Amino acid sequence: MVTLRMDPAGAPAALRESIPRERLVVVGNGMASLRFLERLTEGAPGRYDVTCIGAEPVAAYNRVLLSSLLGGEVDEAACAFRGLDWYASHGIRLITGAPVTAIDRTSGLAIVGESHVLPFDRLVLAVGSTPIRLPKPGMDLAGVITFRDLADVAAIRKAAVEHARAVVIGGGLLGLEAAVGLARLGIDTTLLHVMDRLMERQLDHEAAGLVKRAMEARGVKVLLKADTAAVEGTDKVERLILADGTVLPADLVVMSVGVRPSVALAQAAGLATGRGIVVDDRMATSDPRIFALGECAEHRGQIYGLVEPAYEQADTLARHLAGEEARYQGTALATSLKVSGLPVFSAGIVDTPEDAEAIVLRDHGAGLYRKLLVTEGRLIGAVFVGDIGEQAWCKSLIRTGEPVAEHIEDIMFGRPAPRPLAA
Amino acid sequence: MTAHVPEQTVRTTCPYCGVGCGVLATPDGQGGATVAGDPEHPANLGRLCSKGSALGETLSLENRLLHPQVDGVRQSWESALGTVAGGLRKVAEQHGPDAIAFYLSGQLLTEDYYVANKLAKGFIGTPHVDTNSRLCMSSAVAAHRRAFGSDTVPGCYEDLDEADLIVLTGSNTAWCHPILFRRMVDARAKRGTKLVVIDPRRTQTGEEADLFLGLKPGSDTALFSGLLVHLADTNMLAARFAADPTAGFEAALARARLIVPDRAAVARLTGLTDAEIGAFYDLFARTERVVTAFSMGVNQSAQGTDKGNAIINCHLATGRIGRPGMGPFSLTGQPNAMGGREVGGLANMLAAHMHFAPEEVDRVRRFWNAPNIITGEGMKAVALFEAIQRGKIKALWVMGTNPIVSMPRADLIKAAIAKLDLYVVSEVVADSDTARATGRRTVLLPALAWGEKDGTVTNSERRISRQRRFLKAPGEARPDWVALADVGRRLGHGHAFGFTSTAAVFRQHASLSAFENNGTRDFDLGGLADLSDAAYEANAPVQWPLPKRGGIRPRLFADGRFYTFDGRARFVAVQAPALAQAVSAERPLVLNTGRVRDHWHTMTRTGKSQRLSAHRAVPFVEVHPDDAARFGLTDGAIAAVSTEHGSAELEVMVSAGVAPGSLFMPMHWSDATASKARVGALARGVPDPVSGQPELKATPATLAPVAYRARGYLLSREPVASPPDWWWARAAVAGGWGLLFATQDGSREIAMLMRGLFQGCELAEYADHARGRYRCAVYDGSRLVACLAYAPGEARPDWEAAKALFALDVPETPERRALLSGRAATAMGPVVCACHGVGLDVINAAIAAGAHSVEAVGAACKAGTNCGSCIPEIRKLLPDALARSAA
Repeated sequence: MVTLRMDPAGAPAALRESIPRERLVVVGNGMASLRFLERLTEGAPGRYDVTCIGAEPVAAYNRVLLSSLLGGEVDEAACAFRGLDWYASHGIRLITGAPVTAIDRTSGLAIVGESHVLPFDRLVLAVGSTPIRLPKPGMDLAGVITFRDLADVAAIRKAAVEHARAVVIGGGLLGLEAAVGLARLGIDTTLLHVMDRLMERQLDHEAAGLVKRAMEARGVKVLLKADTAAVEGTDKVERLILADGTVLPADLVVMSVGVRPSVALAQAAGLATGRGIVVDDRMATSDPRIFALGECAEHRGQIYGLVEPAYEQADTLARHLAGEEARYQGTALATSLKVSGLPVFSAGIVDTPEDAEAIVLRDHGAGLYRKLLVTEGRLIGAVFVGDIGEQAWCKSLIRTGEPVAEHIEDIMFGRPAPRPLAA
Repeated sequence: MTAHVPEQTVRTTCPYCGVGCGVLATPDGQGGATVAGDPEHPANLGRLCSKGSALGETLSLENRLLHPQVDGVRQSWESALGTVAGGLRKVAEQHGPDAIAFYLSGQLLTEDYYVANKLAKGFIGTPHVDTNSRLCMSSAVAAHRRAFGSDTVPGCYEDLDEADLIVLTGSNTAWCHPILFRRMVDARAKRGTKLVVIDPRRTQTGEEADLFLGLKPGSDTALFSGLLVHLADTNMLAARFAADPTAGFEAALARARLIVPDRAAVARLTGLTDAEIGAFYDLFARTERVVTAFSMGVNQSAQGTDKGNAIINCHLATGRIGRPGMGPFSLTGQPNAMGGREVGGLANMLAAHMHFAPEEVDRVRRFWNAPNIITGEGMKAVALFEAIQRGKIKALWVMGTNPIVSMPRADLIKAAIAKLDLYVVSEVVADSDTARATGRRTVLLPALAWGEKDGTVTNSERRISRQRRFLKAPGEARPDWVALADVGRRLGHGHAFGFTSTAAVFRQHASLSAFENNGTRDFDLGGLADLSDAAYEANAPVQWPLPKRGGIRPRLFADGRFYTFDGRARFVAVQAPALAQAVSAERPLVLNTGRVRDHWHTMTRTGKSQRLSAHRAVPFVEVHPDDAARFGLTDGAIAAVSTEHGSAELEVMVSAGVAPGSLFMPMHWSDATASKARVGALARGVPDPVSGQPELKATPATLAPVAYRARGYLLSREPVASPPDWWWARAAVAGGWGLLFATQDGSREIAMLMRGLFQGCELAEYADHARGRYRCAVYDGSRLVACLAYAPGEARPDWEAAKALFALDVPETPERRALLSGRAATAMGPVVCACHGVGLDVINAAIAAGAHSVEAVGAACKAGTNCGSCIPEIRKLLPDALARSAA
């Protein structure tokens, strides 16, 4: 098959084998990175000379399962995605435990401390984000741990000895996961959240209430509007003080108050950054040879902290680098995930505006909640807890704006199974 | 025949219709019992209908009246009976004894009836003793007496097995006397018996007929007059009666010819085709063994007595009476209407089939040693309640019946009762409309229910059976005869009311029947007059007459000897048929009333059974499709049915079974079970001039749609009272109670209402207020305590799925979801077979899966294999389903 087609670098594809392969360096080996590598090796096998550098000591693993790992529901093996043999058999040079420390755009080099200097023709930044530590006294005490990677899990498990008391700060998804993981270990766990409801960006009050009820059912004490003032202790953490003066004894504080896209490397290299590394619809940064994806990327002003958009970005970039036309349009503002086994979905507007009708299904005893927001016969938002079937339909209805009046009950309860015809 | 019967099992008799089926009741020791048909009882030979089979579900003490009350305050029996006796004495002193009235019931046992009748007619001295049997079969009584000189049913149930033709007129036997209907259907299978059904409404009985004659309302007399003429003209007369110059045959025939000079006149008056009439007449003429069974369609008429005599005339004329497989046969409605007739508990009787001839009055006076014996007839039910209205009656004692629901122009009766100086109600339930009504002084006396009381009843074939006790008396409830005798003693008649046992009452009753009888009166229980207590306890079902000497006679009159003064039968010249009230432009429809298959009277008993409440859950009106179109009504909508006297709001059931211009509504719903559905409030009840039985089957009426904003249902573990202004009906469901409603309230108001009703519980909801849809399920912890659905418009809410889910005490997640979605995976459709609880969808599925006969459907899903009263419905499904599957 000889098809003369221009690849992004300007060389006819038919000539590809006759010239040295382009060197592609992927910085970061998280979930976005791995998805990108998988798609790229499927779409353009052997086209690039690929090197992937991960800061963590192991190859990409399933970060979503960290709380399960923490809770002892799964082991580390279950978190693994691809073995080293996979990288090898796909011609990917994998370097782990080695953060890239600098990018020399002029020379086209990625520099890994003092150990590696990797020349590149193309560079992908999938460096993720770093957990935020509250700017409050005592955050550097031993026993104050973030919850982000396998090392954190190991640290938490080490601290979570019998009769230990843990405080988790942050009522977002990860904080909830960490708290449940700790509770499952039998640790007396309190979750603090500064807002008046959990996951306030994804959930309305009622849905958040259900999630809270689910957390409590799993043994986690939840304190809302809990503003951490300080962590105290002599050698290690001993207590946590709230702004209202409440003192919570603690042997372990898990910090999960959000993440910040890792932009330092890009900034140092002179790439355009906002809150994240600014990319266009092809995931290209301000340097057309350099791309970014995942939690470090800022696309159309939006930073995504979830797996699904990262995967979509990875797919887009893989297709682009395989020479296909591909554009990332952004991921609809939808959240679809499991809060320690409890499915949660939200899309579009979450809190009911004045001019919208709310159609509500609630069965708190069964952990079920669904709210649809409709204005002028069109779906503008949805929040589901407990069962997230029909979520794809909802997302599509919000996107397309088609009339929903006829579909309300089917969205709420699922399309009825077709009636069997009488024989 | 000797089926194994557990030791604690008690042989008793079903308390529903006049078939009088034997029941084996086995108490569970916790106030309940399992129930089975008694294979040794000659009425049913082990079978029970849907109602009888569900008797075990009706034994709860919920809503029972357990203690005497005076003006709503609990009192001792001593105090309450003192109030009754004092009140009666005062009324008698101030206004005379005939200002006192008793309104009795075909539900009473013979012994209770006997003591009430004796107290009133012999000792208080009031003739105003009537009974709800007046509404039931008093026209049949009157017709019997005119023709035979006595109130005698000439035949027996075996005649139904041995007939070659059974004519059912004015009787939905398939639903109202299902066990007899099974016998008829068996006879058809065994010997090819033909079934002719005569009814203005094509009932389930009509569906089963070989020949269905859908005649105009009230035109039966024309049809049977034409038959008499036909029999005369085709020389089918039996010389023995027709040629007897004293019998009045010529006059009767002449009157018949006047009414219907020719066949065309029959067709004109009845609306039947010449072919239909000819087919019936030919069949009747050439079939020797013919039974004509009649019931409320004949009796509940302003010409009911004439209708009965028009039928009897044809049997006398052909000599088809008192012989195997032939005779006129009145099917009585109540379990002990016959017993009431036997003791004389009607206003036009004295006692023991004796009336008011001076020698009869004297005989009863001497037997009772009764100082205040009455000498003439009292007021019959309609007149009696009118007399209360006029202030002539000041004291009324109601026993075991619900006249505020069942009497015609019942709204007037309700108002009249308020004027009474003394209003006494002996009742089983505390919440019947009648028990909730009040006079100036109101005394409620707790009575024993079926299973608690002990005595005898008589069925339609003159068979006396024992109703036996197998449960202990709840609360302070007592036998009615004990309360009556106590009042008798308090009024100074201790010598006459010193009964020590039920058996003693029965012996006196039997002795009176034999007293100076010598074969002059049909009713003679002389053979039982000396029954020992032990023999009474053990007594097997027996038929009367049962004189001291002489054998059992299952059939009478074959010998040509009757109980008229000259011993001869009488033909009756009947009046030309005409409805008592004509329709008008304003009220162009004829309102018919009657029963549904699975309910009894005013539902005070059957209403407790969820199985029996499933078949028809709401009060309805059957409307012909043409009339539905004309009045702008669709199936399932709510319509107001109005007559000159009142109105009801009923769910429309569009049905080609009713004739154009006719409506049918059931009699069962009361203010305790529905917002506005009392049949009695609508009927004028013009009484028959002979029997005094009111017309309940033909009241001019009109129809109009009633628009409600929304419809819905509420299922709850305990009954919930409907808010005012709602249309509602209550029905028992598995695990609780269902309230079907229609309302002008909005969905937000409903949501608020539910929160108010179930405070402290958790509400699971589906709320789409913009579209007026709301459903909710209420949980106490994980226990489901209520659920509700509310949807806009005319659509009848489908609650089958929710009912099935509500049967669960603690539903799991999928069921919880289904409660809110209104969808269920396992709905079986509306119940068709009440005995086995089989739904329409299940039966259709069985048919679709290859069950192409009633028997095959029964084998596949059990539907129709117990009482068989749903077989006509199943049969109707067969061609539909088969046609659908062929399509």
